[in-house]
Amino acid sequence: MAASSATMFDLSLLSLSAPGWGGVMLGGFVRSLELAIGGYCLGIVLGIGGAFGKLYGGPILRDLLEVYTTLIRAVPELVLILLLYYAGTDAVNQLIGLFNYGPVDINGLVAGIFVIGVVQGAYSTEVLRGAIKAVPPGQIEAARAYGMPPFQVLRRVTLPAMLPYAIPGLSNLWLIATKDTALLAVVGFSELTLVTRQAAGSTKAYMMFFLAAGVLYLLLTLVSNVVIGIIERRARRGMADPV
Amino acid sequence: MSEHVPALPVYTPPKARSLLEPHRLFLIAVFAVIIFCIVWFMRWDWIPQYQGRLLYGIGQTLILLFSTAIAGFLFAVPLGLVQVTGPRPLAWLAKGFCTLIRGTPLLLQLWLIYYGLGSIFAQYPEIRQSFLWPYLRQAWPYGFVTLMISFAAYEGEVMRGAFAGVPKGEIEAAKAFGMRRFTLFRRIWLPRAIHRALPTLTGETVLQLKSTPLVATITVIDVYAVISKVRQDTYLTYEPLLLLALIYLCLTGMMIVAFRFVENRIPTRGA
Amino acid sequence: MKNILKALTVAVALGAAPFSAAMAEQVKLGFAAEPYPPFTSPDANGKWVGWEVEFADAICKEAKLDCVITPVAWDGIIPALTSKKIDMIVGSMSITEERLKTIDFSDKYYNTPTGLIGPKDQTFDAKPESLAGKVIGVQVSTIHQAYATHYFGAKGAEIKEYQTQDEANQDLAAGRLDAVQADSIALDAFLKSEAGACCDLKGYVEDDPAILGLGVGVGLRKEDGALKEKINAAIKAIRANGTYDTFSKKYFDFDVYGK
Repeated sequence: MAASSATMFDLSLLSLSAPGWGGVMLGGFVRSLELAIGGYCLGIVLGIGGAFGKLYGGPILRDLLEVYTTLIRAVPELVLILLLYYAGTDAVNQLIGLFNYGPVDINGLVAGIFVIGVVQGAYSTEVLRGAIKAVPPGQIEAARAYGMPPFQVLRRVTLPAMLPYAIPGLSNLWLIATKDTALLAVVGFSELTLVTRQAAGSTKAYMMFFLAAGVLYLLLTLVSNVVIGIIERRARRGMADPV
Repeated sequence: MSEHVPALPVYTPPKARSLLEPHRLFLIAVFAVIIFCIVWFMRWDWIPQYQGRLLYGIGQTLILLFSTAIAGFLFAVPLGLVQVTGPRPLAWLAKGFCTLIRGTPLLLQLWLIYYGLGSIFAQYPEIRQSFLWPYLRQAWPYGFVTLMISFAAYEGEVMRGAFAGVPKGEIEAAKAFGMRRFTLFRRIWLPRAIHRALPTLTGETVLQLKSTPLVATITVIDVYAVISKVRQDTYLTYEPLLLLALIYLCLTGMMIVAFRFVENRIPTRGA
Repeated sequence: MKNILKALTVAVALGAAPFSAAMAEQVKLGFAAEPYPPFTSPDANGKWVGWEVEFADAICKEAKLDCVITPVAWDGIIPALTSKKIDMIVGSMSITEERLKTIDFSDKYYNTPTGLIGPKDQTFDAKPESLAGKVIGVQVSTIHQAYATHYFGAKGAEIKEYQTQDEANQDLAAGRLDAVQADSIALDAFLKSEAGACCDLKGYVEDDPAILGLGVGVGLRKEDGALKEKINAAIKAIRANGTYDTFSKKYFDFDVYGK
């Protein structure tokens, strides 16, 4: 049995070119990153819209946003991903069909980014809302008093002033986004976790491939942590240390 | 970076403000129409047939949730404690463990533990003679262990902050009373730390509930697995998933109400 | 602030990306994103190889379709077809009454018996009586799941359902299962692999066309009648001109088309 345990950790299986699956795994890792970055950015866009809608929108908009954030945060991501992955494409196709454009090609990556983005949007709405509320109202009033139009107030005062408050929450969301991408394995999207399972199933070296994927995810988290630390220190310049 | 755990927005249900404002009445009417359409135009005739299995699945989900949360919390206490007072190597070990678990996707951990260990069993058939084999053969112990470890790692980070945050004065006062270290821990430090960590428990438990459906990917039958079965049997795409979302929504809602009820009964003076 | 704006623009651009128009004759060809040798399995270059991949290539060439391989999760493959994520299933899907209620099929392109495997140190056959009390692994939403539940589950066997065939095989090797029921060719590929050394074929299950279907066909949407005609014509053509036999010989030493 000693011989077979040696094949279990046959590191040549991880080499980057053909007999090894390293190249396939790195490809999956890149797709995971694309998903995470795309979904995270979309989430922030939705979050900014959602936060402003919740704070300054009309009563109907506010209630609808409340329903959105409540629903998304109460239902497991896995279920949301399944629902949005199929329903999202279906809805887009039907919508396009209404305008007689014929079916469009929605590739898996875009569908995946859409799904992660919608989920992230609910959380970043809450993070950003809290951060905007933490901006001293005097600063926004001062900007208005200068005669700035609303969009300029947003761009030059509200967004920069809220950033230090939003960064801890947003960095946490980034870490969650990187890990949520793994759930797309369940709908058959070839990101890191799924290609790992395929490689493991094809070679039967389950332990080694899952550990290797774990190392990749962990590296991503650790590097993110370092970058987040740098961003945080920069954003906190000129502010009192948190107690 | 580890300080960011509480930054995750803790779920708060909308306050029961007046539901009778004109715009709300309008929204309620709109939602009523949508729900009516969903009920009327979609297929729900499969529900009676799967009723029993659905209830069983919900039960399994809840058992899995509470058993892993309680066991995980018991592990979280020492994990947090050694990071605050433990000897250096032990503290590092605990910190490394938390970083490792929190830095990798739960789905990957689950598959590593289930299929990774499974491949080891395939290599060493001798394991099948051990007395543990009847348990190792089933899927739920792997789901339980993975979910428990995950809860312990996330809550361990919270407990670390909670232990560190107990006011020094209280511990010094206890020492001045002549309490021995263990008594001090048992009667002052631990209860105060748990009290400080309690508000995070609602959020963490909701997150744990949302993690439970992953165990369906290793053949554990929970409510998600039952719904998957419905999807495969009926070839319906949306109806079962909508019902599943509704079930989780209700479970989350009930859990939050229950936690709020408990929280309100715990005196908060001096917290 | 410029950076934030840039990021926003990028995100909006990403959001708009789905509306890139599709090619006229592009057909998305879906199968399960899992190793299912010898029919479809990923190789270390990230490419899909196997008998069924060659079959798909041949009919696409014959029918002059621009086929794009789109692996999806097996348990969501029919929703993926009906929601237009894919346009046809070439994934060893058997033609059954149940499935015909939801989707349409081309003519069959292969048909093989259903086998049952188990550990070498246990002796039983593929009869409901001898499987009572045993744990049988099957892949979800397959004819084998339906068959095992109907015949073996009713006689006291425990049926465990796996997302992929590979996972069921793996759990049999790990000793968590007593038997696995699946397509005999797929099982044969497993038995010949290193991990399959644990087990051997216990027998073929008794045929029941109502559940096990009449062979494997290309899954299509009901409204895509034109595509169905093209595919049927292509299958006939590659059977007639010898292409089918040429690539089949690389994999099998018997006629996989069946009776």
